[in-house]
Amino acid sequence: MTQTSSSHKVGQRWRKPHFISNSTLRWCLAVGAISYLIAAIASVEVDWARVYEGLDRGFDFIMAFTQPDFSSRASDIWEGLLESIVMTVAASVVGVAISIPIGLGAARNIAPLPVYIICRGIVAISRALQEIIVAILLVAIFGFGPLAGFLTLSFATIGFLSKLLAEDIEAMDKVQAEAIQASGAGWMQWINYGVQPQVMPRLVGLSIYRIDINFRESAILGLVGAGGIGATLNTAFDRYEYDTAAAILILIIGIVMALEYISGVVRARVQ
Amino acid sequence: MPVFSKDDTQIWRRRTPRERLGDGFVWLTGFTIFAVCWSQISQATTWFFVWDAPRIAGDIWDRATPPKWEYITQLGRPIWDTINIATLGTLIALALAFPVAFLAARNTTPSRAFIRPVALLIIVSTRSINSLIWALLLIAVIGPGVFAGIIAIAIRSIGFCAKLLYEAIEEIETSQVEAITATGASRWQVMAYGIVPQILPAFAGVAVFRWDINIRESTVLGMVGAGGIGLQLSSSLNVLAWPQVSLILVVILAAVIISEWVSAKVRGAII
Repeated sequence: MTQTSSSHKVGQRWRKPHFISNSTLRWCLAVGAISYLIAAIASVEVDWARVYEGLDRGFDFIMAFTQPDFSSRASDIWEGLLESIVMTVAASVVGVAISIPIGLGAARNIAPLPVYIICRGIVAISRALQEIIVAILLVAIFGFGPLAGFLTLSFATIGFLSKLLAEDIEAMDKVQAEAIQASGAGWMQWINYGVQPQVMPRLVGLSIYRIDINFRESAILGLVGAGGIGATLNTAFDRYEYDTAAAILILIIGIVMALEYISGVVRARVQ
Repeated sequence: MPVFSKDDTQIWRRRTPRERLGDGFVWLTGFTIFAVCWSQISQATTWFFVWDAPRIAGDIWDRATPPKWEYITQLGRPIWDTINIATLGTLIALALAFPVAFLAARNTTPSRAFIRPVALLIIVSTRSINSLIWALLLIAVIGPGVFAGIIAIAIRSIGFCAKLLYEAIEEIETSQVEAITATGASRWQVMAYGIVPQILPAFAGVAVFRWDINIRESTVLGMVGAGGIGLQLSSSLNVLAWPQVSLILVVILAAVIISEWVSAKVRGAII
């Protein structure tokens, strides 16, 4: 930074305040971070000769994007993509349907304590287990095919949606719910007229967003045999058919972009 | 909100008959789509295996418990690798996401017509492809190992971090930027003293948030050969060593919970 004449007059140069004001803590963190980085980088073994060899293939792959091959494996791609979409839609519907009661149960201001604990437990388990791990276990139990993928995505949807729905319900305006209660409404009516209208925009937005996530996840479930486009993609990589792989990736990116656009429009409309 | 009169009493309904008809139509369409999707899944499923599933699940549970605790001595290095993949990957991603975010934000991009769309394309394409697919691709290019995992995590995270960052940049207060500009600061100085301090908290939050997600993702990267604890998981699954599998799952679960706790603490301290 260039020195300005006014700071000379005061006699002290202005210095940018530090991000962490405690100097001991700052130095400890810096030393710790640097020593960790050195240890971490030292422990990563990189075979530079192999990387150098691979650069050609990497370049081939990038070039494949300029001429993706949609046609020679068209039927495989089409089947895989259709299966991914089918899994996404079915899992999103079932997942959302199950998450609503669990979300209600996981909101402290609606549910009694025992229900709250059970529902929060379900949410915690679903969030802690990764999709791909759940898929492996479900494939082992239910056999190969889209059913395992469908169950995996439904299970993952529950954790995501119930948690956010419950948080939204907990943050809702109490007054409206009380007004409905004061009119002598039953429990269902109370939820239906007092709570639901308040959380509906967010619920719709999150559900659409979750469809988007589910589609992306469905693209990898095929790697472990749970159906979808992943199996086709994996085969394409294994055979070094980069043009087919590029075609599949372009399709995935295109669909995700379209879904993101739709979800943006829908969220703008409901809010 | 229509009110109908019937036998001199006024009845309130939430929707007009026309609205209800429209709603019914939407529900019917949705249900039909779901039914079609479900029948597709059902056709691709071997139902015999599904009816047999409870027995299989019980069988796997019997084999997997108790976990083989002494196996943990062999997991030290994979856990270290997993943490390194997540941390180094996040650092690389942040370094790359920072300039991309500035190019993508409407108020800082040098050219809205050319550079901004390119930056947005980078963000969308890296974001919509799962890190497992990036890992598959990188293994084909630069060979299996921790290095491929780091790069896969880094590429996947660029889009996520850059998206959140550029949204933060677009929301900055212009008065502070104008104040710095008024002192006669150059373009870079405006960036360093007017914009960066405003987005630093968001940046730190995004970094920790993404690190947490990356710990989860790096635990399974080994499934496709990109190093870390997933490698042990996949080899244990291949030899059906269920007690080892269950121990690895416990370790992964612990890692996920710890990283979520750390990230929540750090974010709480920053914001």
